[in-house]
Amino acid sequence: MASSTHNYLNHEKGLWSWLTTLDHKRIGIMYMITVLLFFAIGGTFAMLLRTELIAPGETIFGAQLYNQAMTFHGAIMVFMVIIPGIPAFIGNFILPLHIGAKDVAFPRLNLLSWYCLIVGAAITFVSLIYHGSDTGWTFYTPYSIETDNGTTWVVLGAFVMGFSSILTGVNFVTTVHKLRCKGMTFFRMPLMVWGLYSTAILQILATPVLGITLLLLAAERILGVGIFDPKLGGDPVLFQHFFWFYSHPAVYIMILPAMGIISELITAFSRKTIFGYRAIAFSSIGIAAVSFFVWGHHMFVSGQSELAGVIFSLLTMLVGVPTAIKTFNWVATLYKGSVQFQSPMLYALGFLFLFTIGGVTGIMLATIGMDVHFHDTYFVVAHFHYVMVGGTLMAIMGGIYYWFPKMFGKMYNELAAQLSFLFIFIGFNVTFFPQFVLGAMGMPRRYFDYLPIYEPLNKISTFGAYMIGFGFLIGLYVIIDGLLKGPKASDNPWGAKTLEWQTASPPPHENFLTEPEVTAGPYEYR
Amino acid sequence: MFGLIISLLVGKTIKASTFMPVQGSQVAAQVDSLYMFLLVTSAIFCVLVIGGLIYFVLKYRRKSDDDKTAYISHNNFLEFLWSFIPFVLFMIMFGWGWHVFHQMRDFSKDSLEVHAVGQKWFWDFKYKSGKSSAGEFYVPVNTPIKLIMTSKDVLHSFFLPGMRIKQDVIPGRYTALAFTPNKEGTYQVFCTEYCGDQHSSMLAKMKVVSQEEYEQWLQEDASAGLSLVEVGQKVYEQKCAVCHNTNAERKVGPGFAGLYNSERQFADGSSAVADENYIRESILVPGAKVVNGYPPAMPSFQGQLSEDELSGLIEFIKSLK
Repeated sequence: MASSTHNYLNHEKGLWSWLTTLDHKRIGIMYMITVLLFFAIGGTFAMLLRTELIAPGETIFGAQLYNQAMTFHGAIMVFMVIIPGIPAFIGNFILPLHIGAKDVAFPRLNLLSWYCLIVGAAITFVSLIYHGSDTGWTFYTPYSIETDNGTTWVVLGAFVMGFSSILTGVNFVTTVHKLRCKGMTFFRMPLMVWGLYSTAILQILATPVLGITLLLLAAERILGVGIFDPKLGGDPVLFQHFFWFYSHPAVYIMILPAMGIISELITAFSRKTIFGYRAIAFSSIGIAAVSFFVWGHHMFVSGQSELAGVIFSLLTMLVGVPTAIKTFNWVATLYKGSVQFQSPMLYALGFLFLFTIGGVTGIMLATIGMDVHFHDTYFVVAHFHYVMVGGTLMAIMGGIYYWFPKMFGKMYNELAAQLSFLFIFIGFNVTFFPQFVLGAMGMPRRYFDYLPIYEPLNKISTFGAYMIGFGFLIGLYVIIDGLLKGPKASDNPWGAKTLEWQTASPPPHENFLTEPEVTAGPYEYR
Repeated sequence: MFGLIISLLVGKTIKASTFMPVQGSQVAAQVDSLYMFLLVTSAIFCVLVIGGLIYFVLKYRRKSDDDKTAYISHNNFLEFLWSFIPFVLFMIMFGWGWHVFHQMRDFSKDSLEVHAVGQKWFWDFKYKSGKSSAGEFYVPVNTPIKLIMTSKDVLHSFFLPGMRIKQDVIPGRYTALAFTPNKEGTYQVFCTEYCGDQHSSMLAKMKVVSQEEYEQWLQEDASAGLSLVEVGQKVYEQKCAVCHNTNAERKVGPGFAGLYNSERQFADGSSAVADENYIRESILVPGAKVVNGYPPAMPSFQGQLSEDELSGLIEFIKSLK
């Protein structure tokens, strides 16, 4: 297919054409810009937090500012970066291409979802006028009820952003069921689509629970209804049940699509069919299903009954099985492959390395007798970042580099991209590995100040954070340089087999000039 | 070579178990055995996966652009193997974890019971004899202890790393911790549920001492023989120091130096001179007059201080120039 000069980028012109576009690719690019912007803000907060923690006592700001920065780092990274990062940004661009469709099923809802994110984020930032919020991204009651600042705004902002997630989920489920091209059976779909599909189910089922919970919290703050406030006869622990009933599935909303990207990258850069297609596809669904029954592992020491804790520990172990299946299948895919180390593949390998460590430490935390010691210490902080940054963020970065030529029809500077990876990967381990040790030593999380024995490891950790920061600055340069001066990319620079590479780079307005027809699986490298 | 690096890392990680805090009880030793098992199993798993990964990518790296790869789609026996073996391991971990957790939650009937109350941002302890203390409490060695805990304001969590136990402390109800310390010494207590500005200062010490020393501590009157200012200083260190400096510098609330007899400007525009009655009112009914520029964050200490302690505190503040 010859690349035509007409494509989705020059199909219409002007800012207004972007703000009112119904093209899933353009909406994907708008999500890309917003997500990267929020990532820069959340990352800046992370650098400030680590700088404060470089030594015990006050270094750059006091306890109050630290707690507000911590809340904003968490809320921005979770609600505005990691959750929309893969489905709404990369998924939006890639999903219809992957199944040979012209667009998603509900283009207008798709655009509305972007505005929900923007409006929600704007409401969240309004809180800054009222001294921000200092509750942490988990908004635990009753502290979040009585704290005197902009918490109501943050909570309402997260509520509105939830609709962005729900609309994307509804759109993707319908798109996968209704818009597959001729010959695209469920078992010929790329594994990325399976990942996005399981994520979409979670987004639809779990996000409304968060919405209701946050609304109840806002009602509690404004009207004093007494659902969570013990002074009015409410139960503060009930909030935790509601919150984690969403927020545990939410961590799978964050990781499942990342696992999808990894399946794409591993096959493309080892030029080999995926090992255990069905096992990986079904394990996505399996993880999604079990994820609804494990929320209590966030509450082992919250005062829930011993029996409840033990049952949640058992169920949590079950999530480990499909996760292990995926990991083994990815490694097995490399066997007798033809492996190439371009930057997307480096991120995929980095994912496997870090996610494995994140996974085994997750099992440690699921072991109830062990968790009691680790709970609410830096061990949890380290584990969470190993799966969310080492997992999801690595996949986002790999995905950006992998699909960059398809999105913009240009290539980026490969050498600089590899350098950026090196700083991020090494810096990540320098930052977060010491935090496992800090956790074992008993250092609690959300501490503005700490005992002197924790100082050396905190110094190392802060140094690592600066390395990550530097790595991302190089990454920013790679993207901007690629956009401005990148050489023209071919339609299929990686020699990959999935459908998006069969059309032009960048793709035309409705993706394919002639409707594709599929006769084989997605990874037919023979 | 990479295998070597990994095994070095693993060796380091195993040594890292010495980073666990001092073992203060039988249960702590059990937690540490479980920790070792989890650590070694995890390390083996990591070496297998990451080692296999590195071996494969190096061995099968691309040699030329027209490399042909093997078409291997799946292998059901392998899928079974790498689902079943992790499953069995996970069940062992689960069972072991349950067993250890059950020991932690074992409240024996003849426990020595101590009440603990969390409040922004310190811990208060009350004994059946009527003895009370703040920021520090004593327990006898080799005796089962039951801490009965509640909170005056928001969630807190009582973490004793030396005993490997923690439990959230919830306003409006009781939660409890059980442990039997078997080693004398001073143990750190942390608050591990975020509770506001000075969350990281909500620390306490637990002293595990011999039975005789414990009984002696229980008998002694903490304020006997102390001057009024010294009584006040003791109360200050236990309850006020988290939020107030002894110099004039602002912390959460105003610094105490030079406060006495100074002119205070209030949020409602009025003002007053800080005399004894003003300080007394600020401690017992803090909402009555809030100094301009400060949040109304001070909790009431009504009923928590004896008349002597209150006078002592006021004298102590007066002594800070």
